[in-house]
Amino acid sequence: MGRDRCSWQPWLASDAHPNGHECAKGAATLHHGFPNAAHQDHRPRPSPETGKGAEERPGCHAHGATHHEAHLDTVEAAWLGLSVGTHGHRHLRGIGKCGPRRLYVSHGKRRGGRSRPDESLPERRAALPGAWGPGLQRLRKVGSASGTMLLRAAWRRAAVAVTAAPGPKPAAPTRGLRLRVGDHAPQSAVPADTAAAPEAGPVLRPLYMDVQATTPLDPRVLDAMLPYLINYYGNPHSRTHAYGWESEAAMERARQQVASLIGADPREIIFTSGATESNNIAIKGVARFYRSRKKHLITTQTEHKCVLDSCRSLEAEGFQVTYLPVQKSGIIDLKELEAAIQPDTSLVSVMTVNNEIGVKQPIAEIGRICSSRKVYFHTDAAQAVGKIPLDVNDMKIDLMSISGHKIYGPKGVGAIYIRRRPRVRVEALQSGGGQERGMRSGTVPTPLVVGLGAACEVAQQEMEYDHKRISKLSERLIQNIMKSLPDVVMNGDPKHHYPGCINLSFAYVEGESLLMALKDVALSSGSACTSASLEPSYVLRAIGTDEDLAHSSIRFGIGRFTTEEEVDYTVEKCIQHVKRLREMSPLWEMVQDGIDLKSIKWTQH
Amino acid sequence: MAASSRAQVLALYRAMLRESKRFSAYNYRTYAVRRIRDAFRENKNVKDPVEIQTLVNKAKRDLGVIRRQVAEQGTAARRKSGNSSRSLGKPCTSWP
Repeated sequence: MGRDRCSWQPWLASDAHPNGHECAKGAATLHHGFPNAAHQDHRPRPSPETGKGAEERPGCHAHGATHHEAHLDTVEAAWLGLSVGTHGHRHLRGIGKCGPRRLYVSHGKRRGGRSRPDESLPERRAALPGAWGPGLQRLRKVGSASGTMLLRAAWRRAAVAVTAAPGPKPAAPTRGLRLRVGDHAPQSAVPADTAAAPEAGPVLRPLYMDVQATTPLDPRVLDAMLPYLINYYGNPHSRTHAYGWESEAAMERARQQVASLIGADPREIIFTSGATESNNIAIKGVARFYRSRKKHLITTQTEHKCVLDSCRSLEAEGFQVTYLPVQKSGIIDLKELEAAIQPDTSLVSVMTVNNEIGVKQPIAEIGRICSSRKVYFHTDAAQAVGKIPLDVNDMKIDLMSISGHKIYGPKGVGAIYIRRRPRVRVEALQSGGGQERGMRSGTVPTPLVVGLGAACEVAQQEMEYDHKRISKLSERLIQNIMKSLPDVVMNGDPKHHYPGCINLSFAYVEGESLLMALKDVALSSGSACTSASLEPSYVLRAIGTDEDLAHSSIRFGIGRFTTEEEVDYTVEKCIQHVKRLREMSPLWEMVQDGIDLKSIKWTQH
Repeated sequence: MAASSRAQVLALYRAMLRESKRFSAYNYRTYAVRRIRDAFRENKNVKDPVEIQTLVNKAKRDLGVIRRQVAEQGTAARRKSGNSSRSLGKPCTSWP
């Protein structure tokens, strides 16, 4: 076997230790043949036996592996049915039901002393199959000696599978779709089935179909950022040495790249920490600057939370805000906007592309209206920049928010465009050394802005190609789902719509349950910022969706890196699970019988 | 150097495709292969030698990007799994 075999063979001497190793003979170690020192030695030691798989699990040490593994094998095989605690492993009791193969996983953590990230334990516990009971059952059915052999064989298979080198080669088509990772990350959505050892080596991850929440970094962007993370680490505001000069040059180059994407002048771009900060600067900054003369703002009901929250805080300061309703299509009514503009309106804020339903607002018309009435026009273009062509001069936009991580750039950076001709005055929210023209003090994070600039440049080059592809994939997804499933509603105007964001409501199916059923696909039902609460999204409520349809909506995001196979897989799984969930739904049964659900009088219990 | 010949362009194409297949992340790998194919196909009828040279230079730069990123992501993936036995709780970038 190549391991220390425990010499204690309880199935031959069944009366030896009925309650485990707490016996009067003394030190628990002696009677099972391990030298005292080894047992008591909790120092982490790299184990030479890599075949165990234990050493792949962080937090393990050799003592744990050999000790437990050999020991517990025999215990289990003896059908003694000893729980974790009774035979001297009380320190592991809290782990709960662990299969024998997994016991040593938690050992290191419980022993303290090892520095492990705290999140590893709950994850691993979540990933544990709770196979102690079933494991024992299985062994009970099998004979004792063969039981141990079965156990050891299965365990060795699992260990070998886990230690298989993570290769870049894709696995069989469907499995390969769930992305390969070179690790055993238990936080994947798929809990490992330990009894049937995983066929291929690394754990697979879900498909990513949630690009409205965030996007992966484009490799070209990362390549541009790396030098500024490694060697060119100067502060761009240091004027006295080469480190500062080269950082500043990079920052200005990035500014030029961002500006050219939206048709602006580089002096009009201010780097911020993201679109949320940009929105705050735009709304609060403009409102407060013109506070003496203008006290009114206009926005819509479907704006991003940060815009609505900024407006709410301004209301507390004494401003008046009009929240324009949207039509059923999600688009605002231009006549209502015109009617809402008062002489003391300072700002109109309407987002370009909605992050939940993908609706495109008529920005050019709104810009025209605002400039004719001498009102500043701000648009939150986080989801639109780099995806649809935008020109701040053609569309008469005065302020625009840009987010880095929605256009395949890094997280934590964004920009705000503030028009200079005619000048828009903004009161700075963040005080400090006067960087970024005094509008946003603070050291500009060179690597991040270089990433943002590179992302904008790549987006400019790839816009047409991406748009064509995403439109095609989007068509495919919608057509395939709609033709196989009845009672599916697409939220949002189908014509003025960004194809990469598809929000579908599946009637008679609960959205959360569908999300959980589609566990191989990373999806969302509504925006990430509101996903913590159980309320249906306010955007869907604003477009007038029925309560029940609002609860059953799912948002599919298609991006630059989404493949046709991913879309097909998602469609197939979606159809399958919706059908399954509908089978289980009594409402669906009633509908099939021809009952009109709206005519039912639900009684109170 | 003379203007890029057909053979050079084809060699570049082959090199880029070969390198792209070594990405460990599924999404990056499929995107790179697809984009390279489509880009070369789209530009196959370009006749102007200056424009051809510009495109070839851009392709060479992109090949460098792919090479560097394949290497980076490869080491990052190995870093994550190799860390486990000697982990000190370092947070690793988890590469897809």
